[in-house]
Amino acid sequence: MTGLAILIPIALSLGLVGLIAFFWALKSGQFEDLDGAAVRILLDDEDEAPDEDPEVVGDDKS
Amino acid sequence: MNVMTATAATSAAASSVSLFNVPGMHCAGCIAKIERGLKDTPGVIDARVNFTSKRVSVEHEPGLGTDYIQGAIRKTGFAAEPFVGDTDSEASRESRILVRALAVAGFAAMNVMLLSVSVWSGADGATRDMFHLLSGMIALPAVAYAGRPFFFSAWGALRQGRTNMDVPISIGVILACAISIHETAIGGPDAYFDGAITLLFFLLAGRFLDSVMRSRAQDAAGALMRRTATGAMILMPDGTSRWHVRDEIVPGMHMLVAAGDRLAADGVVETGTSSIDRALITGESAPDPVVTGSEVLAGTLNMDAPLTVRVTAAGDDTVIADIARLIEAASQSKSRYVRIADRAARLYAPAVHSLALLALVGWMLAGAGWHQSILIAVAVLIITCPCALGLAVPVSQVVAAGSMMRAGILIKDGSAIERLADADIALFDKTGTLTLGRPVPSEALGLSQVEKPVALALAMASRHPLSRAVTQALESEGIRPAKLNSLAEEPGSGTSGLWRGQLARLGRPGWVGLTGDDNNAPTYSLVTAFALGEGQAKRLVFTDALRPDSAAALQRITQIGLAPMILSGDRAQAVNDLASALNVEGQAELTPHDKVAIIRRLADEGKKVLMVGDGLNDGAAMKAAYVSIAPSSASDVGQSAADLLFLGDSLMPIPVAIEASRRTMRVVRQNFAIAIGYNVIAVPLALAGMVTPLIAALAMSGSSIIVVANALRLRRAAA
Repeated sequence: MTGLAILIPIALSLGLVGLIAFFWALKSGQFEDLDGAAVRILLDDEDEAPDEDPEVVGDDKS
Repeated sequence: MNVMTATAATSAAASSVSLFNVPGMHCAGCIAKIERGLKDTPGVIDARVNFTSKRVSVEHEPGLGTDYIQGAIRKTGFAAEPFVGDTDSEASRESRILVRALAVAGFAAMNVMLLSVSVWSGADGATRDMFHLLSGMIALPAVAYAGRPFFFSAWGALRQGRTNMDVPISIGVILACAISIHETAIGGPDAYFDGAITLLFFLLAGRFLDSVMRSRAQDAAGALMRRTATGAMILMPDGTSRWHVRDEIVPGMHMLVAAGDRLAADGVVETGTSSIDRALITGESAPDPVVTGSEVLAGTLNMDAPLTVRVTAAGDDTVIADIARLIEAASQSKSRYVRIADRAARLYAPAVHSLALLALVGWMLAGAGWHQSILIAVAVLIITCPCALGLAVPVSQVVAAGSMMRAGILIKDGSAIERLADADIALFDKTGTLTLGRPVPSEALGLSQVEKPVALALAMASRHPLSRAVTQALESEGIRPAKLNSLAEEPGSGTSGLWRGQLARLGRPGWVGLTGDDNNAPTYSLVTAFALGEGQAKRLVFTDALRPDSAAALQRITQIGLAPMILSGDRAQAVNDLASALNVEGQAELTPHDKVAIIRRLADEGKKVLMVGDGLNDGAAMKAAYVSIAPSSASDVGQSAADLLFLGDSLMPIPVAIEASRRTMRVVRQNFAIAIGYNVIAVPLALAGMVTPLIAALAMSGSSIIVVANALRLRRAAA
């Protein structure tokens, strides 16, 4: 019985932490741009100047 | 309607945030180009791309004009339109509320279930009472929070003297909680906290899926006003010119419209000769030549040369505003549609409630006493709570929507599948719907391998529809543009440049040097010419071609029982040719009002009309129709007015979508049958007083899982 008195509060508070983390993620816009997150990982860091081919710049008409 | 202007000053900070639509972005490189390009622009503080909505949010100094930022985005190589619309639509707000409720219900359901399992497996005495107490402490706040969408909706329906799916749900959940509090207080064996919260969790899952589907739909009228210009340069009586926003423009003023500008008001051309792209109004891809005295409409695009236009109608009196009102009026008739789940609930709720009442009265008469009679009545309510019914429709539709998306069909409206399955007549617009809506070469371009890269470079420098057609045709052959010097565009004529010292020109045949061409011929706007150096000028002919498999798709639509018909605003000759080629009926020279009238008449005859269209001129007809489909190449208005969109050049997704939606509705009806079959078994048990919390939980989850599993069969469908 004493085990339960410790384990149940621990289990509940762990669940609550997850719930609060999810609410925080929702509020701070983590789910606003799901597709963007997938492609942003391919971006280089800001300080590296993008090496742009001048011929490619114009071909984004789709 | 909550319309946010493009430039909304943030509260205290000395910066503004503007939103722009950038439909052309499609990769990580695009994001980087736009964001870095904008951050390097003087006056711009920060820029953040939302790739999912294809929008960029620009934080900038308050003095910066929309045009300036639009220009900065264009410099990075992307076309941008200021976003004027509702950033926070009704449906997306609802989704957010539902996802929070779902998270809370999920958390509570898991914990309460764990406690309940130990009660079911034999915990008793003080342990059972403590677990019931704990369950109640978790479940009650969770039910109060997560149940709100149901309670509010049920209360709203009851106040109007109606009943919907949420009434039996709310009554069941509230009574289950009440009886469980009582049981916990007296140390009784049966508490239904787990049942109440699990029920909410399942139902919220269905409700959330449904709402996510709807939040993709956008407000048609909002998208429409985005396309008219925000204002115009007005020629003042003293000879100076000053920028006026749209609302300040009144009839009698003189607008100066530069090449490439959209008109902000209707009017008559005073001076200037140009051509006007009316695609937004008529759906016609070919630009219309205008001269002094020609009428021009707000929302159309001045292509070639500057014009002075005397305003004849502004603001709410313009043709485009009239069409916006027509669309809005037409969409009201559509919102009267009652979803199949709510229709089922209208029969279901009274039956369930009278059963529970009957159980209460019956057991009282049999002498069971208040406590036991109420327990049994509540058990009946919980067991009949329309959990499976609530999941039957949304899960089937979301699964079907997923598999249809893989086949190139996007569903924008939650009830679109239900309505599409019932459609029995199919009306098609011509330009942009049966045809591609963009010029394609009518024969192979007669250019040599040397000339092609040069022509491509010239074409890419212009935004004229024919230049874009040349670009597309050559790029699809894998041609790369040549490097040209002194590129210049001469409005109304074409583009020229120097290639290795030779003059290259692409444009109007007469201007390029092609003789024997009559510029006033009706096909004028679909012919262009190219010349390099001293070489002979070559004519490039384009047509608005039929979609490649139009005939086969129409035949298949006829086979599955829908009569196809063409409704077009185009000339009778063109429509008749097409109609006889495709072997269907056709009506020509229809205004947007005519199309709506025809659809209304068919609806009065009891027909369920499927409207397939693309342009602004079809917007109202698509809203008035029972269900509507647009190609993804359609204008903003066409896309937002439609219930479904199809991708690509083929028309085949339309019959595929109809068949897939019919299959979906078959599964939905099967799911209803399963849910009712489950009740036929479970309700007698509940009436006999044999349902314990364990049986209630098993029965409820069991029926929900069967319904979901049956819906998952639709994943393989749509081919």
